Amino acid sequence: MNQILDFLVLHSPALVVAIPLLGAFLTVLVSKIGNRVRNIFVIIISALTSIFALLLSYDVFTNGIRIYVFGGSYNPGETMIRILFEIDGINAFMLIIAAILPFVAIIYSWAFMNEQTGLDKYYTLILLITAGMLGMMMTGDMFNFFVFLEITSIASAALIAFWTNKGNAVAAGFKYIVISAIGALFVLLAIALLYGQYDALNMAILANNIQFGLLDKMALVLILAALAMKAGIVPMHMWLPDAYGRAPSSVTVVLIGTTLASLYGVFRVIFTIYGNHIMTSLRTIGEFILTPGLTIGILIIALAVLTIIVGVFMAIKQSDFKRMIAFAAVAEIGYIFLAIGAAFSTFYANPETGAATLTHSGEIALKGGIFHILNDALDVSLLFLVAGAIYFTAKTTSLNKLGGLARNMKYTSVFFLIGLLAVSGLPPMNGFASKLMIYQSTYQVNPILAIVAILCSILLLATFVKVLHSAFLGPKISNLENIKEVPRSMLIAMGIIACLIIFIGLFPNLVVETVVTPAANALKNASQYIAMITGGF
Amino acid sequence: MVDFQQILDPFLRTLKTGSGFWNPILWGIALILIFLVIYIIRGFGKREYKEGTEQTKPFLSGNPEGDKDKMHVKGSNVYWGFSETLKSIYKVFDKMHTGNVSDYVLWFLIIMGLFFIVLGVI
Amino acid sequence: MIYQIPFIAVALLVLIGLYAVVFKRNLIKIVIGITIIESGVNLFLITLGYREGSIAPIYHGTEEAIRSLPVPQALTLTSIVIGVAVLALMLSFIVYIYRHYNTLDVRKIVGGDEE
Repeated sequence: MNQILDFLVLHSPALVVAIPLLGAFLTVLVSKIGNRVRNIFVIIISALTSIFALLLSYDVFTNGIRIYVFGGSYNPGETMIRILFEIDGINAFMLIIAAILPFVAIIYSWAFMNEQTGLDKYYTLILLITAGMLGMMMTGDMFNFFVFLEITSIASAALIAFWTNKGNAVAAGFKYIVISAIGALFVLLAIALLYGQYDALNMAILANNIQFGLLDKMALVLILAALAMKAGIVPMHMWLPDAYGRAPSSVTVVLIGTTLASLYGVFRVIFTIYGNHIMTSLRTIGEFILTPGLTIGILIIALAVLTIIVGVFMAIKQSDFKRMIAFAAVAEIGYIFLAIGAAFSTFYANPETGAATLTHSGEIALKGGIFHILNDALDVSLLFLVAGAIYFTAKTTSLNKLGGLARNMKYTSVFFLIGLLAVSGLPPMNGFASKLMIYQSTYQVNPILAIVAILCSILLLATFVKVLHSAFLGPKISNLENIKEVPRSMLIAMGIIACLIIFIGLFPNLVVETVVTPAANALKNASQYIAMITGGF
Repeated sequence: MVDFQQILDPFLRTLKTGSGFWNPILWGIALILIFLVIYIIRGFGKREYKEGTEQTKPFLSGNPEGDKDKMHVKGSNVYWGFSETLKSIYKVFDKMHTGNVSDYVLWFLIIMGLFFIVLGVI
Repeated sequence: MIYQIPFIAVALLVLIGLYAVVFKRNLIKIVIGITIIESGVNLFLITLGYREGSIAPIYHGTEEAIRSLPVPQALTLTSIVIGVAVLALMLSFIVYIYRHYNTLDVRKIVGGDEE
């Protein structure tokens, strides 16, 4: 038994991508048998994937970096001509998110999508998005990243337009695929530029050999802008409210995972691939040395502050529930970007070793940003699931037509309250722990950043209290007299996420020490990632 | 025998940020104590009141209370004051958020140009 | 100079494609613009693997000749296949949009805030 488990964990990087791929193409065959059989089959496949992903993360957190070479053996120091998966701390952290979100979405869609047709294609596409997302988060090869990015975006665009009887869902899918195609083509252009210069597609070998000439700067700009557009940074965020707001709610939960995977791509590029050049001096103005760390960091901070402000201001004025939550999701991505940018701009050259090290507040900012990725994924998913539950019973998502829902839908109201407290960063939920780290560390960089962050958190609280007051509290509206509570599978899905939110909120130090600190350490030390492939220092 | 103190210890440590700390267990205990004090103070209030008279109806500055459907404040009217005073800022934001996909790509190109100018020239 | 012409062609193709996506109003013209950008990127990938006076990278036997690089050709094949899939998806979306909105003008498929 132990041997079988060891064998499975040894090959789990391949299994984690292979099982959903196989399951996706078998779903069409299994659905000929019957609906319940297909649903149970899909839930089993998704549960197996999540179990293997969590086992792999646990193995990486206890034993260090894992390398998995497809079809060969791992010999550090030789030239790597095969595609390989390299899983270090930050990859293991993102795998946790990718393990939870699709599983919850599939449980939720047991009851939510029950009366729709074409469900076999729906489940196939969700399993394909799972495979693409997991592949994007584990790969150590640039072109492989591009292929998984395209798999994910094609499957997501088809699922956003799932309700084809409504015109605006298909329009949102069209806008999403245009934006995704252009973004991915620019990423391919940057990969081709880097390949043409260094004859390497492997991330670690690229990081070892890269210089900071004009072509490398062009490649950095192309990849940064394209992946930031896929992640939803203002002013390139406008596809996000359309796509998140008009897709079915379970699809939106999986889309949040893919957005965070693109954000992970940004971090991998600026911290690891260009990691040896954070401290090379670009220009010396008098006594002040301008480094790429400082310039990229200030750019990221400026965009992040703009993202938070635009996201929150547009969220207050919306009257459609799902669009409002989508704008709040944009603002939360702004928080993550702000923390990582603040950490990136505090790199300084260690006087003894000459390596780039972070200041103490920079480390706390990095940890807070990474912790906030997990919290943001859980909080916004819970809010979208509540919005889907309201759409399921009241058949409308417009806030002008809802009122007094808390009298009949008790559990949903409690879940909404938990989500509200978590998104706006109120104790004792998990949002408060990560936002506290972000506030206190960005204050050291510049006080204005922390002031903007705190004020916009309060405005986020204001938007969701508006929804609580007008949709949930208050007297009953006459045409909503007979709504009932949502079916049990949707409650179970919301309950899983709410329990995770409360657990992380009550024991934040446990999560930060075991899960977030290895991820932050893996991002800081680019040399560790490189040394596993090139062998020795 | 299992040592409960050792198992429970990682769950109870406080989160130390660089310049502060946060412990939800202590916060929860403080919250319960404060609620206890509030409950005791509430017990000092009056108990006699008459049901069904003016003492239990909501007070709307002397206006009569209408039908429940009409009295409900709809979702987009809740923050009317906020939206009115910030109309000029919202005009700028609304002009940005057209639904046009060509404008989305135009913003992408503008930001890419900005990145290139900052990184390439500086 | 003659060896720089493919790279100039790549830059021109990408710029023409971006012009079509940003400034044209017909949905089909936007899709054609994306296809032109994709052709440009594929041309760039192929051109990277060219060596002067080379023959195709197929191993016949014991010939001694310069061969162009095979890796960019594999990357380009993958990219062409992905491009075909994206093109098919975009065109099928346009069919549905035309059925609902009765127009192919990109400024009119805004949607608005209704449900």
